[in-house]
Amino acid sequence: MPLLDVRNLRVEFPTRRGTLVAVDDVSFAIEPGEVLGVVGESGAGKSITGAAIIRLIEPPGRIAGGEIWLDGRRIDTLPPERMRNIRGREIGAIFQDPLTTLNPLYTIGRQLAETMRVHLGLGAKEARARAIRWLEEVGIPGAAERIDAYPHQFSGGMRQRVVIALALCAEPKLVIADEPTTALDVSIQAQVIALLKRLCRDHGTAVMLITHDMGVIAETADRVAVMYAGRIAEIGPVREVVKRPRHPYTEGLMGSIPPLSRRVRRLAQIEGAMPRLTDIPSGCAFHPRCPRAFDRCRRDRPDLMATDGPNRAACWLHDPSSRDLACGHAA
Amino acid sequence: MPPDGARILANEALVEVEDLAREFDISRPWLFRVLNGEPRRIVHAVAGVSFTIPRGTTLSLVGESGCGKTTVARLLVGLYRPTRGRIRFDGTDITALAANDSARAIRRRMAMIFQDPYASLNPRWRVRDIIAEPLRAFRVLEDERAIAERVAALLGQVGLSPKDGEKFPHEFSGGQRQRISIARALSATPDFLVCDEPTSALDVSVQAQILNLMKDLQEELSLTYLFISHNLAVVRHMSNRIGVMYLGRIVELAPTDTLFEAPRHPYTRMLLDAIPDLEMTGRRRSPVGGEVPSPIAPPPGCAFHPRCPFAKARCRSEVPRLRAEGDVLVACHAVEEGRLAA
Repeated sequence: MPLLDVRNLRVEFPTRRGTLVAVDDVSFAIEPGEVLGVVGESGAGKSITGAAIIRLIEPPGRIAGGEIWLDGRRIDTLPPERMRNIRGREIGAIFQDPLTTLNPLYTIGRQLAETMRVHLGLGAKEARARAIRWLEEVGIPGAAERIDAYPHQFSGGMRQRVVIALALCAEPKLVIADEPTTALDVSIQAQVIALLKRLCRDHGTAVMLITHDMGVIAETADRVAVMYAGRIAEIGPVREVVKRPRHPYTEGLMGSIPPLSRRVRRLAQIEGAMPRLTDIPSGCAFHPRCPRAFDRCRRDRPDLMATDGPNRAACWLHDPSSRDLACGHAA
Repeated sequence: MPPDGARILANEALVEVEDLAREFDISRPWLFRVLNGEPRRIVHAVAGVSFTIPRGTTLSLVGESGCGKTTVARLLVGLYRPTRGRIRFDGTDITALAANDSARAIRRRMAMIFQDPYASLNPRWRVRDIIAEPLRAFRVLEDERAIAERVAALLGQVGLSPKDGEKFPHEFSGGQRQRISIARALSATPDFLVCDEPTSALDVSVQAQILNLMKDLQEELSLTYLFISHNLAVVRHMSNRIGVMYLGRIVELAPTDTLFEAPRHPYTRMLLDAIPDLEMTGRRRSPVGGEVPSPIAPPPGCAFHPRCPFAKARCRSEVPRLRAEGDVLVACHAVEEGRLAA
């Protein structure tokens, strides 16, 4: 049984000019201890998917359809106060900006200890001792002294380490990490990613790693879901998605990243831009930018389907009944 | 490839920078200092950098936050005045340009593209006026019809439609705004562009469009670029030569391929090691500890020594100078003493 099972999730934002569908019929699962990467460009819906799972969508946004199951229990229908116990205790969260996650008025020790007292029912002394152990574990030098420091007294990288400790200290089964290293310099980013990987492996925590950085995903994730315009375009083992993408969008995305190990004269270019949520194209949302689009792509919306590899892709090129058409078009 | 003529000219430096430095006084107010007996506090944002940029080529400066790369960019276009050092542009000393006509003629030949396309365009101006501003400010064109024609041509050149000139910046996406910034930068036909993280606010697919556009324009107009970025992959794609900065100094300056294939300075090696590997070659990354120290109180000697696995007593006391090793310049005692395998 998967740890997290998201089925046909739909998130809507009612506006004056009609309803925007930010996440449209998204399904995926995360196994215990697995790291699932979720990539996509701004507006693809990756952060909103993460926020929907922990029910932190800003109103008037709302979950308009689908089911979210955690460890065999449906959580999207739980009342808000029950959900509060799940956040922190069963699902930890790490966000991009550590300053907004940490309360600037409390020492980091108090924030850590309080989390463990609430969620694990520890006494004050035990909670403090464990807080120090957590700070040591995330590599804060002089943990016993720094525990009474305030967030502003730490550097950005150190703060993100504290946030990781905070997300993991109640021993959740799943951590949702939304752009955890985007605000950090490369050398610090490498340290934080290595730390997150090690801790989650040691504690058997599953991770949903949301980022726009394909490099971070390639290094960290077991599987990856590529999102485009509110839907999953492709999902599969990370190596397959990076090396042999089956969806033209993934292919374009991989080609547009400047390679580090060699020089290319030109980068592959996906023409145009991601559509705004107000005008998602008919059929496959990627068809206006797709070099291989054919009639059916403009008409019917593809769901994730099997490909010739372990990846599943939402692309008619992989549908046996339309393949002849596609080839005819290519020729 | 540029034509042969361009390649011959390429040996000639368009921009020469010598021992450039800039300090910022971040002391607290005078009364506070007197009452608390605090000294003045000075940030050495740029602590003496030298480089040249041959005509028609791209020099990139890379480094982590606080290394001084943006300050160098701003010094070059005159947004800051240097505390020390010289800047020569096409043979003319522009370190302390007076606001006269000859200064104007030189300023017209350089332009800057900023990181944030949301903050760098005036939201109350129409795009055509934003792009025409340098034309009017430098009095390149006076006739309104000629200005309108030039703006339309520029919009086409950066892949927008001439109709877009009537719109306001908020009607455009980040990538399109950066195209507008580029059109504005190009409008007074400069030959030198300073690009400060021009794509780091953009999504990768949009970044690819902008980088391709910048390369095309460079070839077409024989532009010279100073390219500032923290992203080594982008820098590799764009540059002829790369300078790696750490705490206000250039620690290594090398031709692009040399830098990536045979990095000398331990900091360069660390940076290259730290980048996540998309090619998934299974390369083991050696994690490097520590963080960039505060530029207010940089470590004595080589500023990198607290994080450097090869640091010795000399590194802690003596600032290493940039020395030539073949076609590479490196500032490292360990490299100089041959303690590092090349």
